[in-house]
Amino acid sequence: MSFWSQTMEIARVDMSLERRTGDVTRIVVPFAVIALLVFPLALGVDLSGISRIGPAVFWALGVLFGMQVALRQTASDSPERRDLYALLGVDPAAKFTGRTISGAVLTLGFFAALLVAMVVLYSPRLPEGWLAPTLLSAMLVAIGLTELGTLAGEVTAGLRSRTSLASLIVAPLAIPLIIGGSQTLESVAREATILPWILLLLATDLALAVAGVGLARPLEEASR
Amino acid sequence: MAHETPPVAALATLNRTGVTLGNTRVLSDITFSVAPGEVVGVVGANGSGKTTLLRLIASLIAPDRGDGTVLGARLGTSEVFTIRRRIGLISHIPTTIPELTLEENLLHAVRLAGHETAKVADSLRAVGLEGSSDRKASDSSFGMKRRTEVARLLITKPSILLLDEAISGLDSDAHALIDALVDRTVGSGGAVIVVSHDPLQMEKASTVFGLAVGALTEMT
Repeated sequence: MSFWSQTMEIARVDMSLERRTGDVTRIVVPFAVIALLVFPLALGVDLSGISRIGPAVFWALGVLFGMQVALRQTASDSPERRDLYALLGVDPAAKFTGRTISGAVLTLGFFAALLVAMVVLYSPRLPEGWLAPTLLSAMLVAIGLTELGTLAGEVTAGLRSRTSLASLIVAPLAIPLIIGGSQTLESVAREATILPWILLLLATDLALAVAGVGLARPLEEASR
Repeated sequence: MAHETPPVAALATLNRTGVTLGNTRVLSDITFSVAPGEVVGVVGANGSGKTTLLRLIASLIAPDRGDGTVLGARLGTSEVFTIRRRIGLISHIPTTIPELTLEENLLHAVRLAGHETAKVADSLRAVGLEGSSDRKASDSSFGMKRRTEVARLLITKPSILLLDEAISGLDSDAHALIDALVDRTVGSGGAVIVVSHDPLQMEKASTVFGLAVGALTEMT
């Protein structure tokens, strides 16, 4: 079976599992929206302050809860399933790519739900033409975050404390993604070019893709 | 002109092979081979290294001492990546994705292995799952999940079949399915290695080894 056939099969089954378990729609999204609600409560009745911090809170919570989406396969990837995939001849790079595709789609959906909730709850003053750059940066952040989560899952595979360890790996390495995502919107507000931030996100995504595909096989073998 | 029968190339060989997991030496100095058409049994108590031996032959772990080959590929090298799909392993825990139905589990495996999905229905029928293939794996019995694995191996047709306590906990019908899978593999020129703590599960083996504290001794 070709690389892309395996990739798409892994992505398809992953999406099918999400439809059944609802990890993202029933757990991550509601918790993230509750977290969005907590910030205004902590700030009190300062409505202008709430309105001002809306986009920053969106990106902070988006990346933190997006990590949970990105790492969700880590918890379900048993050693037996890894062995089965190896004996079926699955290319570890195809597994990485397939999981990145499905994870990025889910993370982007999560960002969209969180963005709507943020706009409704915070009534932020958004600059004209904000939507397209925000969606573009959200897509690039979603891809990078999922690549990072999938890679961290592979690095920690076979370790007893892999779930918590994977989160610790992802959090600091996601900093370029948070900066790129939040500064894109800031640039639109300042009527400055968004190009440097989009390039930062693209470069991060590309570097993670190269690392993920290149290290997939050695990490897979080392995990046994 | 004299004709000599050429030696049959072994499908798997281990030559003074050892495996250490963590700080524990699990297998030491294992010398062993299995030829086409042969069924080899390995009997050992819990913790004797049976599963590690099968995972070594499945190329899922690498030896740290000695050497070995499986289907012509040297263990512990990148050569094994191309032959892994010709190895079938039934481990003591059936491997299924709990949220998928038994049929979906089979379809997923068959698609990943690059085989025709048209064979799935026949294969499910052959293992007696035609009426329950839409049941989620998480709601299925051990025996049903085991049958799904047998259905997969009927399609992927491995050259080497590795059975790790595969018959334990199965009813007589499922037991017969595993026996048929063994016969089919051997009949098509493959080899089978059966490991178990129970000597009664070695009925099809022409050679039986004992495994104790990581060392192999021939019993029959």
